[in-house]
Amino acid sequence: MSRKIVIPFGPQHPVLPEPIHLDLVLEDETVVDVIPSIGYIHRGLETLVAKREFTEYVYIAERTCGICSFIHGLTYCQGVEQIMDLEVPPRAHYLRTIWSEYSRLHSHLLWLGLFADAMGFENLFMNSWRLREFVLDILEETTGGRVIQGSCKIGGVRKDISNEKLASMAADLKGFEAELSDLSDVFLHDDSVKSRLVDVGKLTRTDAYDLGAMGPVARGSGVGIDLRKTGYAAYRDLRFEPVTETAGDSYARCAVRVRELFGSIDLIRQAIEKIPEGDIEVKVKGNPDGEYFSRSEQPRGELVHYLKANGSKHLVRSRIRTPTLTNIPPLVKMLQGCELADVPVIVLSIDPCIGCTER
Amino acid sequence: MKIEEQTTIVIGVEHLIGRVEQFRKGGYRLVQLNCSKIGEQFEINYCFEREYRFENIRIVIDFETEVPSISGMYWGAFVYENEMHDLYGVAVKGMNIDFQGNFIRTSVQYPFRNPSFQGEGPCQEK
Amino acid sequence: MAFFEMAKTAIRTVVSRPATLMYPARPGKKTGLSRGHVVIDPSRCISCGMCMKKCPSEAICVEKDERIWRIDRLRCVVCNSCIEVCPVKCLRMDLQYSPALLSHSGLETFLITYVKPERPKKSETGENADA
Ligand code: SF4
Ligand code: SF4
Repeated sequence: MSRKIVIPFGPQHPVLPEPIHLDLVLEDETVVDVIPSIGYIHRGLETLVAKREFTEYVYIAERTCGICSFIHGLTYCQGVEQIMDLEVPPRAHYLRTIWSEYSRLHSHLLWLGLFADAMGFENLFMNSWRLREFVLDILEETTGGRVIQGSCKIGGVRKDISNEKLASMAADLKGFEAELSDLSDVFLHDDSVKSRLVDVGKLTRTDAYDLGAMGPVARGSGVGIDLRKTGYAAYRDLRFEPVTETAGDSYARCAVRVRELFGSIDLIRQAIEKIPEGDIEVKVKGNPDGEYFSRSEQPRGELVHYLKANGSKHLVRSRIRTPTLTNIPPLVKMLQGCELADVPVIVLSIDPCIGCTER
Repeated sequence: MKIEEQTTIVIGVEHLIGRVEQFRKGGYRLVQLNCSKIGEQFEINYCFEREYRFENIRIVIDFETEVPSISGMYWGAFVYENEMHDLYGVAVKGMNIDFQGNFIRTSVQYPFRNPSFQGEGPCQEK
Repeated sequence: MAFFEMAKTAIRTVVSRPATLMYPARPGKKTGLSRGHVVIDPSRCISCGMCMKKCPSEAICVEKDERIWRIDRLRCVVCNSCIEVCPVKCLRMDLQYSPALLSHSGLETFLITYVKPERPKKSETGENADA
């Protein structure tokens, strides 16, 4: 007869980039239940709206997360713009889209590296991060920050990209794409990667939808939700289809992200081709009054910024619902019934970003 | 340009379960729950979405009012309900996984109810 | 052979130049827009306090009477907003990051040496109108 034992997993663990604590209830080597808990890095950023003017809160919104910072800034600005009925110039929309897609590239490459590391494939890890450096360089050249771009502001963007720079960015994408396809071949076809991922951490389509999975976790299980389809920023003018896989295992989630990398490159190309000339910002007058649930697609899934304002220069409430929070219940489901040795890979396959989960 | 239409309906706590049940039957997915402190009351939003149609229902309650849990219908709601409880002290009744205030481990109990700030103001002394 | 998918990349990295820089020996990459640290030209600052008001992390302290402009490098998040709001553009962003510190002492104080050009005396707050 088997006895149940509880093993704590995290907050410090070699594969975890950030602290999440899981209590794994084991029966022999099989996980039968999981109890997640967070709160090691709770900073209470949301309450800072009471202390900072709504125009300054952009900087705080951006620093919620150290990876998808640009999209946090965009979502916040977009929420305030919707409340204030500001008409953002189209060029700013396109620039935001370009930066969002570069953020997605860098986030996915970072994740692929960490994932390779979790599998124990060090060489692949190094190569993913080497490619990521290319993206970070472009972000730094165009915005001034590698990770915290700080180029979004209410009413537009703070920096313009010259047309020559845009053209050279488009040209550079070619070499990058070639290197990326070498890398993606390893993730998609290498046997040692496959043996570690296929059929690990299954999530069925119904479970994914019912438990509120978002982003690559949902799309890996065949739920084709992609918030970019709501047409925020310039996405309404661009052609793309949400990438979906149907297997629902770690391999499928990995494949979704790998294929999204190429989707992002395509989106950047389209955006650079179509970008209109014109202003990059409009003047902000007055204070916001109203509320809005601003939603966008982060590399990890759907991001919601709920903003409530009462006509003063301080917002009443900002609530940031990040994709990892909504991906925790699916994670619990995936872990139930898996082997202890697969836990690190499964936890990483949802791309946990605890820093922004706790804000 | 409006990105999407968002509807908000304010309902009483007693109708909450019925309404959520309707959403569940209609195939909506739970986007999020969130609590805000407006004056001396809590305002709780329940957001649902189906095929990019966003709908929101809202309850406004006093600090002591107990809220029924919706985790029976949406299993994943426990993260939001525990979060609401840990940060604001909203009493949620009947959660499927009740962490008893230990989901988000905060050093202060219910930190968002009366947030305190430290080291504020320019020209502060070190 | 699906086992050697990595071989091509691995061989290429063996024969090509390293992707990294020998960092302290060779300086890190910087671009024209890189945000390193904030520098002030104290001879032009009119101590209006705009930078102090707009700093999201409240890192700047301007004391008008003592003619002091102080920045806490550890609080500063290098967001560029003080530079954008400064009416006389006496702040600028340097490309180099501020150096690592061994103790909690990011405070740097500058004495403002700006001298208001001689004009007929107006009220105390007349500076903005003059500038
Ligand atoms: S905004 Fe410029 S001029 Fe005004 S106090 Fe700051 S540095 Fe001086
Ligand atoms: S760069 Fe930003 S954080 Fe730093 S002093 Fe200027 S306004 Fe403050």
